[in-house]
Amino acid sequence: MTEAPDQLHSTALLDVHRASGARLIEFGGWLMPVQYTGILEEHRAVRERAGLFDLSHMGELFVEGADAGDALAAAVVSDPRTLAVGRAQYSMIVAPDGGVIDDLIVYRLGPARFLVVANAGNAATVSDALVERLAGWKAVLDDRSLATSLVAIQGPLAASILAPLTNVDLASLKYYAIAEGDVAGLPALVARTGYTGEDGFEIFVDWERGPDIWAALADAGGPAGVTPVGLGARDTLRLEAGMPLYGNELDRETNPFEAGLGRVVKLEKPGEFVGRGALEKIAREGIDKRLVGLIVKGRGIARHGYPVDAGERRTGVVTSGTQSPTLGVPIAMAYVAPGDGEPGTMVDVEVREQRVSAEVVPLPFYKRQRPPTA
Amino acid sequence: MVPSELRYTTDHEWVRVDGGTATIGVTDFAAQQLGDVVFVDLPSAGTKLDQFGTFGVVESVKAVSDLYAPVSGEVVESNAELAAQPELINSDPYGAGWMLKVTMSDAAQVGSLLDAAAYEKLTAAS
Repeated sequence: MTEAPDQLHSTALLDVHRASGARLIEFGGWLMPVQYTGILEEHRAVRERAGLFDLSHMGELFVEGADAGDALAAAVVSDPRTLAVGRAQYSMIVAPDGGVIDDLIVYRLGPARFLVVANAGNAATVSDALVERLAGWKAVLDDRSLATSLVAIQGPLAASILAPLTNVDLASLKYYAIAEGDVAGLPALVARTGYTGEDGFEIFVDWERGPDIWAALADAGGPAGVTPVGLGARDTLRLEAGMPLYGNELDRETNPFEAGLGRVVKLEKPGEFVGRGALEKIAREGIDKRLVGLIVKGRGIARHGYPVDAGERRTGVVTSGTQSPTLGVPIAMAYVAPGDGEPGTMVDVEVREQRVSAEVVPLPFYKRQRPPTA
Repeated sequence: MVPSELRYTTDHEWVRVDGGTATIGVTDFAAQQLGDVVFVDLPSAGTKLDQFGTFGVVESVKAVSDLYAPVSGEVVESNAELAAQPELINSDPYGAGWMLKVTMSDAAQVGSLLDAAAYEKLTAAS
């Protein structure tokens, strides 16, 4: 944990978080709330009711121009040209060797206008890489990361809390879709996306409007028990949902196939794209490690960096792990040798020099009972 | 306010002395810093402790922290309730959240620990 040196960015909501009693930490170059009342309580609020997240630290990169679709298709592993206007896709930007630079969501806002959302700690890197990769195309990048506040409301009650505040028809807004409209009278982009495994929305507004949107959602959701949620519960929620976190499951030494995200890579798309050669080779020849879910059976919690053994052989390493608030057992994600990755395989996690038994299980650990109205 | 009758380590353990027996736990300050405690690993009866040596770990949702023995001695009991209810460390750190009872091998070691006023000063500064 880092004290607040002045080179850290802070969001427009910092004073709101402080007033809410948040504990603040450095994350990805930003001073962010890690918890308000407590990680378990915030986690349960999202699973049972709804939680409010300040995600203004994330990078918002708008790409516009006659060639925007083709240019992005050459820059990332997915094919944004296949998106209908108003729809989104999960994607990744990789280095020429196939290593992941960042995972992204690409939204199509118009025929020649896209929004790329990058992780906070990678936003500048992604912005620079895109500028470089857009060179020669009729497409320009507008990095609005420091001009955009992003507030999410996630949980089973999210839609019913947001609906009265917006002219966007949430009933017809599908999962991984985005619409322009008003929220609390302010111009906004409303996306049905999230990082919790629950139904929910991410709302993009002008930077200085962040506190207004936050207050409107907090007021409207107060009777329903909406609660602010920090990065701590955001991490346990996404881990239960089996979603990767850049820096844990994804990095430059990892390719999308190893992360179990080969479906995101569109090798069949027309045209060259950065990483194609390396990714085609990996698709042909196979992977060296494989991301799996683990449920710890013995006494202990598997944590980031703990070794994983198959018998006497080191097979891999834990990338994320915690006590699952929803399941009540220790869960983890880990990279293991491909041959040790089948569900049902028993492995050992080295927890402080003791071997603790764990079972390979399919991801995600948690799936919500009711899909969002689509 | 921390209980005035206890002694404290700079690592945020407390000790309650009753004759030759010491009861050991972590402070409310430590519990709050940790957040929701979800797992505790404690030594079993008969384990020998060295003053300021590690004797176990406490884990919150987010973090793992070592526990340090305030005094040397032999464990006579560890709090079995904590296996099922580690959250007692958050809700009642000086009571039901106690961790170990230890027969001290050198009761004079208690004198080297912080008293309540010194411990409060320490936590106020951090």
